[in-house]
Amino acid sequence: MEYFVQQLINGLTLGSIYGLIAIGYTMVYGIIGMINFAHGDIFMIGSFIALTMFLVLTSVLGFTFLPVVLLIVLIVAMLFTSAWGWTVERLAYRPLRGSFRLAPLITAIGMSILLQNFVRVTQGARVKPLPPQIQGGITLFEGNAETGAIVVQLSYMQLIIIVTTVVLMTIFSLIIAKTPLGRSQRACEQDRRMAALLGVNVDRTISLTFLMGAALAAVAGLMFLLLYGVIDFYIGFLAGIKAFTAAVLGGIGSLPGAMLGGLLIGLIEVFWSGYFTVEYKDVAAFSILAIVLIFLPSGLLGRPEVEKV
Amino acid sequence: MATATDNRIADSVRDAFIAALLVGVLGFFFLALRTEIAPGGLALSTRWGLWFSAIAIVFVIRLALNLFLFKANRPVRTGPSTFAKIGASLPDLSGWTGTIMLVVAIALPFLVTTFLPAQQRQFIDLMILILTYVMLGWGLNIVVGLAGLLDLGFVAFYAIGAYSFALLAHYFDFSFWMALPVAGILAAFWGMILGFPVLRLRGDYLAIVTLAFGEIIRVVLLNWYDFTGGPNGISGIPKPTFFGLDFGRGEGNFAAVFGMPYSTIHRFIYLYFIILLLAVITYFVTNRLRRLPIGRAWEALREDEIACRSLGINTTNTKLTAFAIGAMFGGFAGAFFATRQGFVSPESFTFIESAIILAIVVLGGLGSQFGVVVASTVMIGGMEILRNLGFLKGAFGPDFDPVQYRMLIFGLAMVLIMVWKPRGLVTTREPTAVLKEKKKIGADLVAQGEGH
Repeated sequence: MEYFVQQLINGLTLGSIYGLIAIGYTMVYGIIGMINFAHGDIFMIGSFIALTMFLVLTSVLGFTFLPVVLLIVLIVAMLFTSAWGWTVERLAYRPLRGSFRLAPLITAIGMSILLQNFVRVTQGARVKPLPPQIQGGITLFEGNAETGAIVVQLSYMQLIIIVTTVVLMTIFSLIIAKTPLGRSQRACEQDRRMAALLGVNVDRTISLTFLMGAALAAVAGLMFLLLYGVIDFYIGFLAGIKAFTAAVLGGIGSLPGAMLGGLLIGLIEVFWSGYFTVEYKDVAAFSILAIVLIFLPSGLLGRPEVEKV
Repeated sequence: MATATDNRIADSVRDAFIAALLVGVLGFFFLALRTEIAPGGLALSTRWGLWFSAIAIVFVIRLALNLFLFKANRPVRTGPSTFAKIGASLPDLSGWTGTIMLVVAIALPFLVTTFLPAQQRQFIDLMILILTYVMLGWGLNIVVGLAGLLDLGFVAFYAIGAYSFALLAHYFDFSFWMALPVAGILAAFWGMILGFPVLRLRGDYLAIVTLAFGEIIRVVLLNWYDFTGGPNGISGIPKPTFFGLDFGRGEGNFAAVFGMPYSTIHRFIYLYFIILLLAVITYFVTNRLRRLPIGRAWEALREDEIACRSLGINTTNTKLTAFAIGAMFGGFAGAFFATRQGFVSPESFTFIESAIILAIVVLGGLGSQFGVVVASTVMIGGMEILRNLGFLKGAFGPDFDPVQYRMLIFGLAMVLIMVWKPRGLVTTREPTAVLKEKKKIGADLVAQGEGH
């Protein structure tokens, strides 16, 4: 039981990170119907920016108060990563709008390779370790040596990740639901040409969607850095695929679906590692994706696709 | 008139300034700053020179492009582009071009051994590699180019072929020629197993499930230590024999039987001819299949799935055959890969391989057999050239390692070629079957919104 609760907490934490990345996939897919394959690498870029900014603040500028440092790192990482997201869209996807569907996917794969190797060349191929910054936590269950119960702890780190995710999810859901930007996003999602005819600046809306997705990926990057303490240029690939799996699982195009899918993928991965074998956790996540898609082809919360002739 | 020119220059400068500013922002955390592992944690180092020169280079290039290349009042080009014309004049390899290319391909190893004896091994190795990718590209072309199913996990079938042969050789002492058909059949079988559940999915869902399948196969190969050797792989895979003759030194081997002096290059030339033969078989089978009802059905499926279904084509069977046949050729190529390397490990079958093969098919122009040849020569040959750029060390200092930049340039090339020629280098996507006469506006000129 205690073990189960601990795994549940771990799974929710990991799932939050996947969910944050998955939102970027799902928003972009919803609005222009393409798999932004480079999004996982935007996440990686975000975590590198966060790491470098953290070092700048702590070792060069001499900041010591951790909450302020993390807040500045978060904001800077979101801003700079958004710039990367915007540039990727501008260079690789916008020229191919209206081209056939495989074309942007190929540039996306090319961008992914390009970003990975850019970071590898400029920052080196070795992993970058960061010692744990936030320690301690809330003990939920005391351990008991006689009954064999283990200590169940919700660390502050996990708490911060889960809370930040919930807050950001709420903010972004409100943006989509209430603001003019969200309205034009939904309009573009339904019918881009009609939206353009009614005065929505489609290109700008798409750019802003990429900005938002990249900003959330940067948050996920910072979380990942703090949680695992180790990053390298290759983390974006697997995290990206998992997050895309999450987006598909939740029903691509749906924001709550992406979050739900992310949490499910995180839970599946953690529980599989906890109860079965660590080696096959990715296999488990992908197999469940395949099974869900066979029985629920539009995902858990997705709308069924209507084929128009 | 003068003001227009002034405006243009001013606009160009402003645009270049924005581009340079953007590079400054993007590069700040990557070019100007660098984190390095130091005793007691990470240390920061700065490289302002690199950062400023990147900004300056982008400013100059952007300005030059604005002023000289991107002229606003360039006449709008009408009619097919040069590439489309080249594509139309080389519709497939069945005509004289194909024959000439085949003759050249057969003659190449002899030309290389005669004229470039110093680098013969390197050249023939490179040609084998290119032909392997041509074959893989043609295999994937059936799935992506003809049937229009986006497959991101093609490398799985390549891996299945390679491991089939490796395992058969390891446990049952199969020779290459015995294992080759088995590898193809097993790969086709796995193609069907994967195909059954996923083929009712739409394009992008299919893409992600095939990608996941590719990863599953790799993870299983990596972790099933007792059977596949895990990350260590399987070594000692036998080389192919020529009707039972080995290519080693000594009595009763190839060189001795034919009365030739022994040379290590014979084995490479033989491998080259095997992959050439396999590639040509792939090509001919594909071309013949295209003329059969099943091939027509593939193309129809690519153009419009709903129309297909309403005309009574069994879409599931059509997709399954495309998947299985594509996978079979992937399996053949895999078995060849295993015998060429003599060693297989899961590292050779990562997603990047799938991406390279898919890039070859798409950059070559979907559905174009000739395009695959062009694209694999450009991509694989280009990557090899980058490997040999050691002389640039003189220009950039001894720390410059061109191999590091290989994948960077590869990714950049993928993006640039695609943005420049979204429809591939050789564009022939006209359906092979035409009713009475070709329409003036062919399918290849219509922007395809649906059906890939």
